Amino acid sequence: MRGGWRARNHPAYWAFMLHRVSGILLTLFLPLHFWALGHALGGAARLESFLIWTDQPLVKASEVAVVTLLAAHLAGGLRLLMLEFLAWRDWQQRLVAVAACITIGFGLGYLLNVV
Amino acid sequence: MNPRAQVQLWAAKRISAAVLALCVTVHLATMIYAVRHGLSATAILDRTQGNWVWAGFYLLFVLAVSVHAPIGLRTICGEWLGFNSRAVDVVLAAMGIALAAVGLRAVWAVFAS
Amino acid sequence: MTDKIDVTVWRGTEQGEFSHYSVPRLPSQTVLDVVTYIQRRLEPSLAYRFACRVGMCGSCAMTVNGVARWTCRTHVEKVAPHGVLEIAPLANLPVIRDLVCDMRSFFDKWVRAKGYFHPTATRTDPIVRVHPVTPARRAADAGIECIGCAVCYASCDVVAWNADYLGPAALNRAWTLMNDERDSGGDVRLAAVSGDAGCHACHTQMSCTERCPKKIAPTAAIAGLKRATLVALLAGRL
Repeated sequence: MRGGWRARNHPAYWAFMLHRVSGILLTLFLPLHFWALGHALGGAARLESFLIWTDQPLVKASEVAVVTLLAAHLAGGLRLLMLEFLAWRDWQQRLVAVAACITIGFGLGYLLNVV
Repeated sequence: MNPRAQVQLWAAKRISAAVLALCVTVHLATMIYAVRHGLSATAILDRTQGNWVWAGFYLLFVLAVSVHAPIGLRTICGEWLGFNSRAVDVVLAAMGIALAAVGLRAVWAVFAS
Repeated sequence: MTDKIDVTVWRGTEQGEFSHYSVPRLPSQTVLDVVTYIQRRLEPSLAYRFACRVGMCGSCAMTVNGVARWTCRTHVEKVAPHGVLEIAPLANLPVIRDLVCDMRSFFDKWVRAKGYFHPTATRTDPIVRVHPVTPARRAADAGIECIGCAVCYASCDVVAWNADYLGPAALNRAWTLMNDERDSGGDVRLAAVSGDAGCHACHTQMSCTERCPKKIAPTAAIAGLKRATLVALLAGRL
């Protein structure tokens, strides 16, 4: 598309891109998540040893990132459902801001409790 | 794919999205609770093992995401990778089933004692 | 403020390059004024489109500093405060030459979306009394001022990524007709606007709504089509 970022530099477009990218990353994460939980098949001890491994800074930082991505995808998705299913109103333009707040809220909630 | 099937696919994405909105909200709150209280594996499994409510919840969660993710990937494959044939649809459906299988194994893992 | 504007203009077809021109800066100058100056004084072979030059016809739409705009309604001061202007043809449409693009696919999609009136009455029937303040009439009125300038079409990423996608203007027009009580297009039109090439491919990027010079919101119209097609599906009419 001629113009590159110049024509795409507005909130609704950022919201779209964040929603799509977060969706892709979460889809890549999910099989790992299910595999990790499968460790419980070996009993609590096996799951516990796995959880101990996750207690390193890089893994914890990744967890915060994943939680934030999930919150972003949720908030963006709620915004989309409102835009598509409710009759069009002006306040819907501001849903991007609301979605951003929800995302940051959950992300911070996890971060502050995990460090 | 005829218009009817395409609208059904879109509807499946929105319905699964609505289900996931509830599941994800509960899940995020649960995760924040879990890390806040520093839950160990034993503590987590104590809560989930034999608990039909949690099992039912996570079953619904896994099924909803197994519908939601492949449909999203289908759009991205078509728009960003240029793949939009019947073969892609079949592969993505298979991936959805595989995801559900791994997910159901995980649900069983935390439910069965 | 500089007294000259540094203008780069696309020359050629799909293959080509940007040429550089220096244009004197004048008060209240529009981008169309700049293009006209270049063609008249500097480069007679430059091809470009315009007609009314007062923001009524939509013929002069081009990509100005990366953004699709009506050049007759774009003041140089607003988009090039530092005196640097880049002018290219509209995106997402084949280039005929220089700043002129081929609008055929844009209008073909309008027809494919059944964005034309299906009459129900004849000349012998009395004139239909359309109440101006019903929800349906308001929904139609919100979109009927479209003059087919293709700025929204040029601004849409889905149009760029999906060659079959009908695009915001065609879908907006289809929605206005769905809300016109005199029209009988109904379920046939809903089938035409459904699916991967239709309203369901819209990802609510809202670049169309952001850029429309008539302040129409095609995203709103497309959302309406999504709801209407879902209702038709559930009612077994699709």
